[in-house]
Amino acid sequence: MIISEQWLREWVNPSLDTSALAHQITMAGLEVDAVEPVAGAFNGVVVAEIVGAEQHPDADKLRVCQVNTGSETVQIVCGAPNARVGLKAPLATVGAVLPGDFKIKKAKLRGVESFGMLCAEQELELSDASDGLMELPADAPVGSDLREYLQLNDSTIEIGLTPNRADCLSIAGIAREVGVLNDLAVTAPAFEPVASAHDEVREVSLDAPARCPRYVGRVLRGVDATRPSPLWLQEKLRRCGLRSIDPVVDVTNYVLLEMGQPMHAFDNDKLSGGIVAREAQSGESLELLDGQTIELRTDSLVIADQNGPVALAGIMGGQPTAVSASTTNLFLEAAFFSPIELAGQARSYGLHTDSSHRFERGVDIAGQRAAIERATRLLVDIVGGEAGPMIEVENADHLPSWSDVEVRAERIRRLLGFDMPADEVERILSKLGLGVTAIDGGWRCSVPSWRFDIAIEADLIEELARIHGYDNLPVTHIQGALVMPSQPEGRLNIRTLRRQLAANGYQEAITFSFVDPKLQQLFDPELEPIALANPISADLAVMRTSLIPGLVAAVAHNTKRQQPRVRLFETGQHFLPGFKPSDTPDKMLAMAITGPRTQESWTGSAQPVDFFDLKGDLQSLMALTGRAQDFRFEAARRTGLHPGQCARIYCLDRAVGYIGALHPDEQRKMGLSAPVYVAEVNLSLISNTRVPEFVELSKFPEVRRDLAIVIDKAITSHDILENVRASAGPYLTSLRLFDVYEGKGIDPKQKSLALGLTFRDQSRTLSDEDVNQAVDQVIDSLEKNYKAGLRN
Amino acid sequence: MENLETLATEAKAAIAAAEEGKVLEQLRVDYLGKKGQLTALLKGLGQLSPEERPAAGAQINVVKQELTGLINERKQALESAAVEQKLAAETIDVSLPGRAMTPGGLHPITRTIERMEDFFAAIGFEVVEGPEIEDDHHNFTALNIPEHHPARAMHDTFYIDEKTVLRTHTSPVQVRVMESEKPPLRVICPGRVYRCDSDLTHSPMFHQVEGLLIDEHSSFGDLKGLIEDFLRVFFEREDLAVRFRPSFFPFTEPSAEVDIQCVNCGGDGCRVCSQTGWLEILGCGMVNPKVFEMCGIDPEKYSGFAFGMGVERLAMLRYGINDLRLNFDNDLRFLEQFI
Repeated sequence: MIISEQWLREWVNPSLDTSALAHQITMAGLEVDAVEPVAGAFNGVVVAEIVGAEQHPDADKLRVCQVNTGSETVQIVCGAPNARVGLKAPLATVGAVLPGDFKIKKAKLRGVESFGMLCAEQELELSDASDGLMELPADAPVGSDLREYLQLNDSTIEIGLTPNRADCLSIAGIAREVGVLNDLAVTAPAFEPVASAHDEVREVSLDAPARCPRYVGRVLRGVDATRPSPLWLQEKLRRCGLRSIDPVVDVTNYVLLEMGQPMHAFDNDKLSGGIVAREAQSGESLELLDGQTIELRTDSLVIADQNGPVALAGIMGGQPTAVSASTTNLFLEAAFFSPIELAGQARSYGLHTDSSHRFERGVDIAGQRAAIERATRLLVDIVGGEAGPMIEVENADHLPSWSDVEVRAERIRRLLGFDMPADEVERILSKLGLGVTAIDGGWRCSVPSWRFDIAIEADLIEELARIHGYDNLPVTHIQGALVMPSQPEGRLNIRTLRRQLAANGYQEAITFSFVDPKLQQLFDPELEPIALANPISADLAVMRTSLIPGLVAAVAHNTKRQQPRVRLFETGQHFLPGFKPSDTPDKMLAMAITGPRTQESWTGSAQPVDFFDLKGDLQSLMALTGRAQDFRFEAARRTGLHPGQCARIYCLDRAVGYIGALHPDEQRKMGLSAPVYVAEVNLSLISNTRVPEFVELSKFPEVRRDLAIVIDKAITSHDILENVRASAGPYLTSLRLFDVYEGKGIDPKQKSLALGLTFRDQSRTLSDEDVNQAVDQVIDSLEKNYKAGLRN
Repeated sequence: MENLETLATEAKAAIAAAEEGKVLEQLRVDYLGKKGQLTALLKGLGQLSPEERPAAGAQINVVKQELTGLINERKQALESAAVEQKLAAETIDVSLPGRAMTPGGLHPITRTIERMEDFFAAIGFEVVEGPEIEDDHHNFTALNIPEHHPARAMHDTFYIDEKTVLRTHTSPVQVRVMESEKPPLRVICPGRVYRCDSDLTHSPMFHQVEGLLIDEHSSFGDLKGLIEDFLRVFFEREDLAVRFRPSFFPFTEPSAEVDIQCVNCGGDGCRVCSQTGWLEILGCGMVNPKVFEMCGIDPEKYSGFAFGMGVERLAMLRYGINDLRLNFDNDLRFLEQFI
């Protein structure tokens, strides 16, 4: 809502300067977004009249004008196409200063002297564009200062209203607030209602009373719509952000701004038969004022005459029945449309108008008749004509009615933290227009017809707090029982994981939860992702089923910016098909690495990372759970990943994630030059940790035996190690795989593993026989199960 | 005995000139060994008269002692010189960078959320998270935003289907807490939220931290005190000016918008605060009794307040980040600044 400060001050005029007033309004909950002067900074500009205009002898486009400044006649050279004898226009006299600190001096234009400058609106910053001199009314007093004549020492105040405050979508509404805040009376402009001079009426019926419970109309005959809107009207509209259209529309807009009641004026001669507020019928269409023709849905309310719809109710009028310069008879409309019923209608047609904005939020239920009275007076004064009787139809059953609301003094104290004096409570509420009756322990209040946001006690307490001033309310500190919360030691804190990853050189990334469907398909083609009904763009259209695609894209973003070494991780939710909000969301961790293992360094050339770098980093996280042995990696295949370098990760028997190299095809598609390794695990499934249990330290020495075995290449080291653990007997305390060898000296189908076995007992020193027996068992078992031989 | 003097002089010179341990050893053998020259002199004492013998013996022994001392001294000097030389050869350039892995770091958003969690956890708030795909009921209806309410238009919601949305705030987590737990409650809910809006100052995904406190005696004053404390602790400015303005949220009544004095210009007016000197930083209010009723909490017995803020805005003000989109580009040159 943009208002003119001057207009507001006609209603209520506190002794505050502009910025103090703006601050006061803001602190009352009507946030002032901007305060702008209505005109540029200038002086020395007067109302002048062109009394002579001749062609410049040496320039086609210039005219030499004789201009009456009120005190003298001066010569002005002017290039404006509308510079003509009889025109009254602003003149910047010699010595004047225009916006931009532009000083007006005596000048010669193509050899002809010029003593000042005739001005266009744009030059005075009265508008953003203009195509000639500003044309002042014929009755403008020559010689008067333009600032005074146009009352330009005014500011526009732009207020960002919250949707609950529809009552402030008018000068009257904001004046009411300012009146309460300053404890001043608010004065509405006085005018004499126009008595009816004929008895022409138009029958009105309410066929959808829940949606339109009241409709007020009036016929005006014999108007002259060719007359111009008076300057004061144009200026007031301009300062409130509306353009002048024609005198009739200007008046309805004026009433909308002043009283908050949207109105519409029809050309009465283009209407036929009675007016009905009804739902649109199937197949009906309407050409709107903005020129577009819409197909009406049957859930839309229209104003119709006997030939069909003439307006989209509360949103926009129809073009065929619109007022034009040739209009002589008007039919004025001021109706009440139910906000709940109108909600969403304008938007469903791609429209948003000053009218729909107000109706959707709620206009004063009782304001229709007054609006017609006000508009009639203004119209008769401006375009003449005679008014008929007021036509008022209502269905009281469907008009909103509000119950009284009670507020308790005790509740005010409890919520606001102090005792507000009774007289302040009463003053604030009654000044806001509520009917206030003291009752036992509090007050009962009736809600005025313009307040759609007061239904419960808390609403009244908010009004009290708001007008009293939030900054004037006490500041206290929360109090409560100090109860120690539980902190399960058996759950791994996500912070610990993040810190570990950071310590291992990973940067945390945050990627969007919605991804390009094509990218999603590269990795999870078997999953139909959850799609957004209204994505912001095609490449952010589906919810990620995995964090990997976004993370790989982030890797590519960096490698394309001369960052060959990238290590990223991200945590967050993924969204699998069929997810329901009642489910507990999965929290995922994804990692991605590429490029050299370490930063370029003097200590030696860095090798490129491989699968085992990422696996090691992942295992260091698993180790944090204290149950590293519960995890295993099993060769697997997965779309988007290298078929020979991919593993599914299990925690005990549950699949918790996967790891692998990006498939070379995908790597190329994403513009990545070096291999990228990725992993993703479900944090919810790996976060149970082992609470340590102490084991007595052995006082006896340990014995180490190393074994080098040769096995088929296809046998996994995991199987071998499991077999060794199972067959080594009770004394094995540690098992290390310290070498894997393929190549010279070994059958090409085989590989050699070197194992370090450590034995120890809690109660005695192990004998050679004990250890030999254990090692023999291991060798036997490996031979039996895996045809393993000892390497010689 | 002139012989002895000459011998001693020669030996001393040779010892002093020795540069290696084995040369010294050879000198020891040559002079002091069993067949050494000094030993030979001692053996030759028998040819002297018994009167001369003691004095000559003593003289020889003095020289022997002296030479033994000199050889040992020289030996030690050579050894320590050798050690010094070895150490000198092993000197390294200690200014060379270490071999350790360069650490990574947390995203500034995470860093900011963790700080906020810590501040509130210290005064008894529990951190709770919830689903980012929400139903209409938790995201809107239970928060007193019925269908067609203009406030829904304020939210620019991403829809999955008619009844399912990407949460537009983390308030639905609070609803879930109120539905499942009994007051008194103190929770904060950090997480991702989504709005269908994308330009220089809006990201379709961003983060919020919302808080909720419910007990039998909480007031707007408590809310003011808590928020003022939080903002001063967060920005580490004890004198930070904070102001509360009436505003509107369907789920709170009274509702407030909170502004802080611009942390960039100190309130003088600058580009960051659009010349106003103030920065809008969070929204809050007393929980609307209708929300309590919908969540099964007795509004007569309990009162409470809620607050919510955008993490990106706080992080950007705190660290001076000037472009919202940097938060989601994941450019290492950006991320590495927050190690």
